[in-house]
Amino acid sequence: MYGHVEIRTLFFASYKELLGTGELQVDLPEGATVSDLVSALRSRGGAFTALPTEPAVAVNLTYTDPTSLLSDGDEVALIPPVAGG
Amino acid sequence: MVERETPQLDSAELSRYARHLSLPEVGKEGQLRLKEARVLVVGAGGLGSPLALYLAAAGIGTLGLVDFDEVDATNLQRQILHGTKDVGRKKLDSARERLADVNPNVSVVTHDVRLDSSNALEILGSYDVVADGTDNFPTRYLVNDACVLLGKPNVYGSVFRWEGQASVFASDGGPCYRCLFREPPPPGLVPNCAEGGVLGVLPGIIGSIQALEVIKLLLGQGNTLSGRLLIFDALEMNWREIAVTRNTSCPVCGDEPTQTALIDYEDFCGLKAPSKGKEQGMEDSIGEVGAVELKERLSSAEPPFLLDVRQPHEWDIVNLETDGAVMIPLAELQDRLDELPTDREIVVYCRTGARSQSAALLLADKGFSSVFNFVGGIHAWVDEIDPSLPKY
Ligand SMILES: [Zn+2]
Repeated sequence: MYGHVEIRTLFFASYKELLGTGELQVDLPEGATVSDLVSALRSRGGAFTALPTEPAVAVNLTYTDPTSLLSDGDEVALIPPVAGG
Repeated sequence: MVERETPQLDSAELSRYARHLSLPEVGKEGQLRLKEARVLVVGAGGLGSPLALYLAAAGIGTLGLVDFDEVDATNLQRQILHGTKDVGRKKLDSARERLADVNPNVSVVTHDVRLDSSNALEILGSYDVVADGTDNFPTRYLVNDACVLLGKPNVYGSVFRWEGQASVFASDGGPCYRCLFREPPPPGLVPNCAEGGVLGVLPGIIGSIQALEVIKLLLGQGNTLSGRLLIFDALEMNWREIAVTRNTSCPVCGDEPTQTALIDYEDFCGLKAPSKGKEQGMEDSIGEVGAVELKERLSSAEPPFLLDVRQPHEWDIVNLETDGAVMIPLAELQDRLDELPTDREIVVYCRTGARSQSAALLLADKGFSSVFNFVGGIHAWVDEIDPSLPKY
């Protein structure tokens, strides 16, 4: 699988609700960034287009900015703000 | 200046706090610190209940509570500060009574207001630590920004269905809520407790974590959640911990903050009333209709198309099918526009009118020319048209 990275993408709270799933494996070209992952998800259409362009993201349990490079096997969590009290 | 009396613990207090006094991390000195402390709990609801109960029991000297709501029957499944007899009372009255019983040594200060930019700095300013247990985004951003500006730790918790988050913001050089969530979500994407539902025990767990963090901050013991976001999935019984550092370009807590005062948080969260008009005057293109007017229009010769944008399980509880309503959940609306008529008025409703507002805006944006939001939603319908229907 030269030239590709496999990303384990996790969705929490309202994103999980919106997309109807808590987890997706996403295949991206090598050199892809967090922002590329979000674009790839949004381009799936349907409910995915409702994801924000810059959601809060943690890569391997560390909060990360959109320009960060992704590596094969990374776990990326998309974290929505939650307001309920 | 009046000399502040050195607080002491009387024999009743020594007995009441005996299990704290035995802990080396608390002891008499720590217990006196708690007695001297002033803590503000924002919201006397699901999170505010365990927060206020445990903080009072722990002997926090001054416990402030902000809330303007009344106890509703739908609160009792999680808001354990209030009881069945309290339905219809002010939450602050009910809370004061309950907390006085839990620990009469605590001075409970009630703030019967909606926290906003005009009063937040003054109210929060007189406390040492703030615990955020509100239920809406504008207040969360407001509490965050006010805490950053005042330099007060913000002990954060929030819940959604089966998931909870907790952290400590604006403390010890750590991040703030805005470092994590720069922009509020578009209105309607993230439902609140009322619309999304929440398992009652969940705010009990998250609010208890907040109470614990408040006490640790006051004692100066252990490691707090500053710099860490806890995410709890109650269904999977799984805890995740996300490391978060302060964003040096954060607009409020960054190295060169661009926002140095409180702003209009309703506007920031895109929740301004439609008539005010926000972006491109798009709100102007949707109309509003109330329950009574809707009832009239539905029985007219040319009734509007009635669109329900709630979830199927909400539809099952109560719906307006007999009045011709059709359900398309908000998340699916974008993909199912072809199911809507283009030659009729469309009236959109949800539970209380927030999601239907987003849906109406979406429809207007997609070119539907005659779209109305049913203000108050099915709640208003039950109140004003058919009280025999269930309210949830
Ligand atoms: Zn910040």
